[in-house]
Amino acid sequence: MLEVTNLQVKLEDEDKQILKGLTLTVPAGEVHAIMGPNGSGKSTLSYVLSGRDGYEVTGGEATLDGESLLEMEPEERAAAGLFLAFQYPVEIPGVGNMTFLRTAVNAQRKARGESELSSGDFLRLVRERAKALDIDADMLKRPVNVGFSGGEKKRNEILQMAMLEPRMCIMDETDSGLDVDAMRLVADGVNALRSPERAFLVITHYQRLLDHIRPDVVHIMADGRIVRTGGPDLALEVERNGYAGILAEGA
Amino acid sequence: MTDAATRSRDDAARAAPSGIQTPDVVGGTQPAPAPRLAALQAPQDGCTAGARRAAMQRLVAAGLPKPRDEYWRYTDPRTLNADTPAPVAIADEEPQMFDALDRLRLVFVDGVFDAAASDPLDADGVRIETLAAADAQPGHWIAGSYGALEAAGQTPVVRPFAALNTAVAVNGLAIHVTAEVARPIHIIHRRRDEAADIVLHHVLKLDPGGELTLIETGMAGARENTVIEADLADGARLHHIAAIRAADTRIGARHIFGRVGANAAFKSFTLSLNGTMMRHESIIDIAGDDSVAHVAGAVLGDGAQGPFHHDDTVFVTHGAERCESRQVFKKVLKNGAVGVFQGKILVKPGAQKTDGYQISQALLLDDDSQFLAKPELEIYADDVRCSHGSTTGAIDPVALYYLRSRGVPKDRAIVMLVLSFLAEALAEVEDDDLRAEIGDRLELWLNRHAIADGRREATA
Repeated sequence: MLEVTNLQVKLEDEDKQILKGLTLTVPAGEVHAIMGPNGSGKSTLSYVLSGRDGYEVTGGEATLDGESLLEMEPEERAAAGLFLAFQYPVEIPGVGNMTFLRTAVNAQRKARGESELSSGDFLRLVRERAKALDIDADMLKRPVNVGFSGGEKKRNEILQMAMLEPRMCIMDETDSGLDVDAMRLVADGVNALRSPERAFLVITHYQRLLDHIRPDVVHIMADGRIVRTGGPDLALEVERNGYAGILAEGA
Repeated sequence: MTDAATRSRDDAARAAPSGIQTPDVVGGTQPAPAPRLAALQAPQDGCTAGARRAAMQRLVAAGLPKPRDEYWRYTDPRTLNADTPAPVAIADEEPQMFDALDRLRLVFVDGVFDAAASDPLDADGVRIETLAAADAQPGHWIAGSYGALEAAGQTPVVRPFAALNTAVAVNGLAIHVTAEVARPIHIIHRRRDEAADIVLHHVLKLDPGGELTLIETGMAGARENTVIEADLADGARLHHIAAIRAADTRIGARHIFGRVGANAAFKSFTLSLNGTMMRHESIIDIAGDDSVAHVAGAVLGDGAQGPFHHDDTVFVTHGAERCESRQVFKKVLKNGAVGVFQGKILVKPGAQKTDGYQISQALLLDDDSQFLAKPELEIYADDVRCSHGSTTGAIDPVALYYLRSRGVPKDRAIVMLVLSFLAEALAEVEDDDLRAEIGDRLELWLNRHAIADGRREATA
C-alpha cells in the first residue's frame, strides 16, 4: 500500500539533509512500527508523507497504492486515504470540533466523488465513534483541541481517524503525553480500525505503546534511514538494550 | 453658503416638520471658521437649539481635524473635511440581514426617515420619535439629552465631527426605553442619491431596568456622519449591533457615546465590510458601580475593491467600582488595506476593582496590508485589573497544514482560520441567532475575498 523508495529530504531553508535514502514498504492489513532515537528523522518522514511545507525532496519516491504522494497537495493526500495523527494536535479557537469533523469528512467524500453525509447520518456516526473513545458531547462542541488535555487531544486525533476512515494511518508519537488509561483508550481505538484493507505506520520512541498496538513489523530508524527491520521482538530488544546497543550491532 | 450645502440641507429637511426652518448660518466668534464650518446651518427653533449652539461653539473652537493632530495621526481626515463627498455609485443591494427576525423595521433613505417604508413607530416599552418631531416639542426630554454625552465626550480629546453632527443634524431618532423591549429596533439604510452626505443623530434614553436591542444595517450614503448617544440608567441594558457593509466605496465618521449607570450593561458590536475611509469612535463613560461595557468590532477589508482604511478609536472611562469593560477588535486585511486601532482605558481615582480588557488584532492575508495600533492604559486606582494586547500576524501555517491534512481544501481551510481569528469579537454578540447570521455574512465575504494569494486574486 505505502511504498517509500530511497527517499531523500532536506530542510527547505537550511542545508540540512534529514532523510538519506529511506526505503519502506507497508502492505495493506499490516501494522508497522518505526522506532528510533531523537533526531533520526521519524517525524520528518510523517510530515513529508502528509505534505507539510518546509521540506525539499531531493530524491526518491513515495507512493500510496501506486500513486505518487509527493506531487499532491495535503488535502489530496487525505482524500487518497492518507492520515497523520499529529504528535502535537493544533488548537483552533472558534471552530467547533463537530463543524471541523463534518467539514473534513464531507470535503473528502466530495473529493472522492461520493455524496456528502446528511446531518443526521453524520451525528449518529460521530456520537457512536466518540463514545467508544470516551469523548463526551462537550468535547465535540468545544473548539478544536482548545483547552483539551494531552490525552483528550490524542483521543480527538483517533476520533478524526475513525470518522475519516483512511486506508493508510500514520501515527506520530501518539503515546507521548498519555497516561496508562488514555494509552489503552487510544490503542483500543486503533485496534478497532485494524482491517485487511487498512495499514498503520506507528512512530514511537518506546516499546510500551506496542504492547497495546501489536505490530507485524518493527523498523529501527537512525540518521535518516531504516537500519534494521524485524518482528515484534525487535521492539523488546530496543527496550532491553537501548538504541545504542542495536545500532552498534547493526554497524 | 455654497449651493451644495444648501441642496443637501434642503434634502435633509424634507422629513422635518414645518416647525423647523432652515436656519441662518451660526458661526463662532474666534477663530475664523473654515469655509466648511461657515457654511453649516443649525436648526434654531427647536428645543435642542441651545445644545446646537453650544456644539457649534465647540466645533469652531476645536476646528476640523488636521492630519498633524495626534488623534488623527493614523487616519487622514481630508475626505471627511471636504465640503462635499465625491459621488459614489450605488451598488446592487445585497440580501437584507436579519430578515427572519421579528423586529421593528425603520427605514432611512439617504439618511432621511421613510415612514411609508417603515413599521409604525410603536412598540411596548419604548417611545420612538424622529429627531425632528422631538425637536419641535417644547420641553421634550431630548432638550436635556441631545448633545449632552457628546459634549461630555469632548474631554480630554476633541471629536470635531461629533460636535458638527450635534450642531446640524436634523435626521435621526429619539428613543425612550421605559421597560424591556421584546422586539429589536432595526434601522435599515438605503441609498438613492449617489452624492448623499448624511448626518444622523440618534438619542437613546434607557430608564432603570429598560432593555433594548438596536440593529443598524444597510448601505449609508456617499458620506456618513452618525452620532449615537445612549444614556443607560441603573440596571438598563443596551445591545447595539451595526452590520455596516459597503460594496460601495463610502466614507464616514461614526461616534457612539455611552453613559452606563449602576448594574447596567452596554454592549456594542460593529461588523464592517469594506469602505474607503471609516473612522468609528466609541466613547463610553462607566458611571455607576457593578456595570459592564463591551465594545467590539470585526473588520474585513479588501483593498482590491478600492482603497480601504478603517479606524476604530475607543475611549472607555471607568468612574465607578467593580465594573468590567472589554474592547475586542479584529481586522482581516488584504490587498493594501489599512486598519487602525486607538484604544484607551482610563481608570479614574476610586474606580476600584475595575476589570478592564482590551485586545486588538489584525490578520494580514498578504504583505501589502498594514495594521496600526495604539493601545493605552491610564490608571489612577490601585486595586484594578487591566490588560491589553495587540498583535499583527498572518495565517498560521501549521494550523493550515493541520486542516488540509484532514482533507479540507486550502481555500476552505483559510476561511475557517479567518473565522477562528474573528471568533472572539463575534462572541460579543450575545444573541445566538444574530451571531449566527453575522457569522454567515462573514463567511460569505470570506469565500469571495479570503483566497490565499491576494495578488493573484486582485489581478484576476
